[in-house]
Amino acid sequence: MRIRKRVVAWACVSMLAAPAWAEDASEHARLAAELAALREQIVQMQSMYERRIAALEAKLAGAAKAEPTEQAASSPQIESPPAPQVPYPASAKSGASSFNPEISLVLQGAYTNRKKVEDGHIGGFVSAGGDAHGEDQRGLTLDHTELVFAANIDPYWRGQTTVAVLDGEAEVEEAWFQTTALGHGTGIKAGRFRSGIGYLNEQHEHQWDFYGQPLMYKALFGDNGYSQDGLQLKWVAPLDTFVELGAEIGRGQNFPGDDRNLNGANSQALFAHVGGDVGISNSWRAGLSWLHTRAGARESDFETEHGIDVEGAFNGRSRVWIADFVYKWAPDGNPAQRNFKFQAEYFRRSESGNLDVDDGLYSNLWRTRQSGYYLAGVYQFTPNWRAGLRYDRLSSGWQSLGDNPADIAIVRYRPNRISTMADYSWSEFSRIRLQWSRDRSIPGLTDNQITLQYIMSLGSHGAHKF
Amino acid sequence: MKRILSLLLLLCALPAVAAVKVLATVPEWGALAREIGGERVDVMVATTAMQDPHRIEARPSLIARARNADLIVAAGAELEIGWLPLLLRESGNDRVQPGQPGYLEAASVVQLRDVPQTVDRSMGDVHAAGDPHLHLDPRNILLVAAALSERLARIDPAGARVYRDKLDHFTERWRAAMIRWEAEGASLKGCSFLQVHRSFGYLAHWLGMDVRGELEPKPGIEPGSAHLSNIVASQQNAPAAMILRAAYQSETAGKWVSEHTGIPLVTLPFTVGGTPQATDLFSLFDDTLARLKSAVKQP
Repeated sequence: MRIRKRVVAWACVSMLAAPAWAEDASEHARLAAELAALREQIVQMQSMYERRIAALEAKLAGAAKAEPTEQAASSPQIESPPAPQVPYPASAKSGASSFNPEISLVLQGAYTNRKKVEDGHIGGFVSAGGDAHGEDQRGLTLDHTELVFAANIDPYWRGQTTVAVLDGEAEVEEAWFQTTALGHGTGIKAGRFRSGIGYLNEQHEHQWDFYGQPLMYKALFGDNGYSQDGLQLKWVAPLDTFVELGAEIGRGQNFPGDDRNLNGANSQALFAHVGGDVGISNSWRAGLSWLHTRAGARESDFETEHGIDVEGAFNGRSRVWIADFVYKWAPDGNPAQRNFKFQAEYFRRSESGNLDVDDGLYSNLWRTRQSGYYLAGVYQFTPNWRAGLRYDRLSSGWQSLGDNPADIAIVRYRPNRISTMADYSWSEFSRIRLQWSRDRSIPGLTDNQITLQYIMSLGSHGAHKF
Repeated sequence: MKRILSLLLLLCALPAVAAVKVLATVPEWGALAREIGGERVDVMVATTAMQDPHRIEARPSLIARARNADLIVAAGAELEIGWLPLLLRESGNDRVQPGQPGYLEAASVVQLRDVPQTVDRSMGDVHAAGDPHLHLDPRNILLVAAALSERLARIDPAGARVYRDKLDHFTERWRAAMIRWEAEGASLKGCSFLQVHRSFGYLAHWLGMDVRGELEPKPGIEPGSAHLSNIVASQQNAPAAMILRAAYQSETAGKWVSEHTGIPLVTLPFTVGGTPQATDLFSLFDDTLARLKSAVKQP
């Protein structure tokens, strides 16, 4: 009965409060609508309470204990008003815990069967070094565990950090903040972030459709993609077609540059993306990117014509062009059941400068123009199963060492690899993948690799990009 | 020269009445925006009735639309969590960010049902804030319509009067329709159904129907054959009157259960455009009721 009284009281207060809103007499129409809405709410509440009272009465009749029902009667759900009166509620949820950042943890591991290779760098290309996160390891391995924190900082900024945790080390993969309130299609990002060049570069390992990144990325940037410690400016054009332009400057300490500890910016990048839909079932995105970096003394291993290992330090500049294309298909544009994704990227890299061998004893000219590409298709044929095929091919291209006083052996090779995979996802948060690859990235070696991989996402996992 | 300049200025001044660009995440709110905004709004809808609103990708075309929108109308309660936050961030549009006048969530003006007491991923894709499929209770449509009219008036004050009048007109027609629907739906009271996903909770609540369960073992998880066999077994003694499926949901599971139990599978439009008949909000409810009633008559 007490509840019924409360309903009536609440309704009366609402009615009394209503005229106070009518500051303007001409707002009669609006008031009427509001009153109607209020009545609607009261009717809703009444029906809700009646149901609950009926349920309570039923419970009371049968229950031996009176206390639990008493508790239920005063549960906060009943007392909450039907419509919150916040001016512009951002979201229906509230509570102190909503101030906590979104935390996500990705568990990744694999069993790999492959040949043991001492120096596994791609033939005809300078080793980009980097930290393989267990990708070159054999047998059962734990890849890095990815920990992501993200949150809005205040009404103006949003921040995110991604830490890759491995035995005895924690690597800051990303740590950036970006604007949320700049408007006019503009966004600024600062800190350490994955560069916006190419298509796959911004994606983390758990988003990849295959185990291991394309050879092209490994040759270009090593094992972790290209990250900038710097500043990114992006702008989306006010058009019906998606056109996005971006520019970056950064410290440029990563391959193909190195840490020159400058006051200025050691790397610059530009990229442009366009995209759209064709009909209801097809969508696409294409991009063109350019990256310029400089190296002061980028060290890598070489072999002389006489089979002696020497260390060379490259001093000069690298320019990378990447063209990327992604196409996705889903029947009626509904990817939940079936969908298909095709992606392709092509790069050209030219380097020019000097190569100092044996601590500057010999100085070679160093000029290269190299290229490569990959093509990949993935088909999801039921909500749980996907299958995919990827082809990688690189060309060591044109390499010139001038007079070559150090007798460095020039390796001419076209590395290639074909991979096929099938994966099963219980939900969007858990996936297991079986992959077979025929890897010919090292001259004279054909390696048939089999990998069984798992990817498990815990916590509030953010949405993935297209 | 001066002449050309003044002519150019005049040309720039001419399109004074620029339409308010509304981006609705789902068709029902796009249809409502057309009702309330009329000629003054230019409505784009991010999804169709054949698309699962939980599983949309943040496509480039959608980013371009979010970039140019003056108002985004979303269902909220985490329905679009897999893509809308990304659209908003990538758009670089400050006017439509959560907390701004240009961002409206239907769930924020309606009392949500089925708010889970605890939330854990082992429960599947649960919505912590409550069931977001709130538009199939026509009383909720009125609440959202009032909020939408107020929001449009805030963004486009010159049209405030138009939005108010349109709201009044809509409310009047909607109330009349609701009386008709409730009379038509009276025979459905107490009628029980199974559903593919938790899509029809609000509809059941409004019509006094009885939800007997879902074909999905957990929200967002595809049903396996063992699970479906259990459902078939559970329907032997007191079978539900029908199995409800939204137009965008896969037919396979519902068809299988229907074949093994004899319970009719009913495809409802779920939202505007889900069936050829459901062309606006009024015909959405007309068609939904017609399909429910013909299924009850069938046996």
